[in-house]
Amino acid sequence: MSETLRLRVQSFAPPVVAIALFAAAWEIGCLAFNVDEFVLPRPSVAFASYLKWQSAIWPNALQTLMTTVIGFGLAIVLGVALGAVIGYSALMYRALYPLLIAFNSVPKAALVPVFVIWFGIGTIPAILIAFLISFFPIAVNVATGIATVEPELRDVLRSLGASQFDIFRKVGFPRAAPYFFASLKVAITLAFVGSVIAELGASNNGIGNMMVIASSRFEVPLVFAGLMVVAVMGIALYAVFALLERRLAAWAYRSRSV
Amino acid sequence: MTSIPCVELRSVSLRYHSDGKPVHALEDVSLTVEQGEFVSIAGPSGCGKTTILRLVSGLMPPTCGQVLIDGQPIVGPQKRVGMAFQNPSLLPWRSALENVLLPLEVVQPHRSQFNARRKAYEEEAHRLLRIVGLDGFADKPPYQLSGGMQQRVALCRALIHQPEILLLDEPFAALDAFTREELWGVLQELWTVRRCTVIMVTHDLREAVFLSNQVLVMSKRPGTIVHQQIIDLPRPRTLEQTFDPRFVDCVRQIYDKIGEVRQ
Repeated sequence: MSETLRLRVQSFAPPVVAIALFAAAWEIGCLAFNVDEFVLPRPSVAFASYLKWQSAIWPNALQTLMTTVIGFGLAIVLGVALGAVIGYSALMYRALYPLLIAFNSVPKAALVPVFVIWFGIGTIPAILIAFLISFFPIAVNVATGIATVEPELRDVLRSLGASQFDIFRKVGFPRAAPYFFASLKVAITLAFVGSVIAELGASNNGIGNMMVIASSRFEVPLVFAGLMVVAVMGIALYAVFALLERRLAAWAYRSRSV
Repeated sequence: MTSIPCVELRSVSLRYHSDGKPVHALEDVSLTVEQGEFVSIAGPSGCGKTTILRLVSGLMPPTCGQVLIDGQPIVGPQKRVGMAFQNPSLLPWRSALENVLLPLEVVQPHRSQFNARRKAYEEEAHRLLRIVGLDGFADKPPYQLSGGMQQRVALCRALIHQPEILLLDEPFAALDAFTREELWGVLQELWTVRRCTVIMVTHDLREAVFLSNQVLVMSKRPGTIVHQQIIDLPRPRTLEQTFDPRFVDCVRQIYDKIGEVRQ
């Protein structure tokens, strides 16, 4: 029992210490250089503001969480589908890759006003931005995973008379799983960025909207409290996908000690 | 009375393009392998030995000529064929047992019965793993197995769906000498139990003589068969026998032939 406890501590201690040191440096820096609260509030002040406004922050946080998760869910479905297509077919890869790059190069923030024209102010633009921003890494990673399947593994199945679909199911998909999970960890944090960006100007609720209102009232500590809440939610979802990855693509992590 | 040979190549030639350059891999290769025979193909590097296996497995069609199995020209991959490659090529996300079961998930009629008969199939896989000396390793993932163990799993995988023909592409080339010689014995035993037809490509002439009824020697590219040697040594063969003058003589004759074609 004490052994598992020790391992727990060993895995949790480094990130906790790092975060604590970062907060301490920020706190001490602000105090030492006498930084105005209006410019950069100390973490303790932002946290106090969080406690004060908790009941207002949480509904907004849940709204942001919901838009992020929906947009991210769409990105998974369509990203895997497109990734599978361009990973499998060299022709589709050549045909679609430049278009994909073009789409990804468009600054997503610039699309917010367009979506507002199409869908009005509200949840939909935030979902779409979260989707667009997190879609690309998923599609590219799944495509890479499938395109780099060793020809020998494919031959093993081909020599048995397996169909293309069999090969995808038995080799392509499991082979792409580690790539897929790696992309999820990147994409989920991007999805938060997307939904908060959209909420800044195109929503009546959500953390982004709350931050805009707070800054217009010069409540800078509350702005930072909002940022912290987003960051914490990002870490939480990242941890969920990291855990899933460990479970479902464990074979790819064989040599690393946990 | 002549029976229909199990595998027959009739004046098979193969040309293909690799990186834009034409490659003339095989020229007028004819050979017949009888049911239950163990035939090895030896020859200089790049002479198209592996290509012959790919033709018989149906992974590749010939440019001209015919490849027949049981007298029927083949079109596309064959479920009657099991294949093991130079690399074990195990799926790294599956345990040894799951790797052995793979062909049963793909090949009919096992495929549609797979879930219903899973227990029986697993027992068969365990039995094969036991024969090759991997008792107790069934649940290990490939990376926890040594190269020799992985190759044994690959052999089991090639045999699980009871193919009539087993194609082996330098199956032991990547292994150290002791493991290799140990696996000759394992393969001989599997072959004796199963009585399937085996075509094996190898660089190792002792290996070819140890295992085969017949050794075919190929020329340089474009490859063709230049020599056929019947190995008439008593079975089951033992590693002791490899020092027997008759064994050494067989190896010597094939060695000289290959020396000639390499000139």
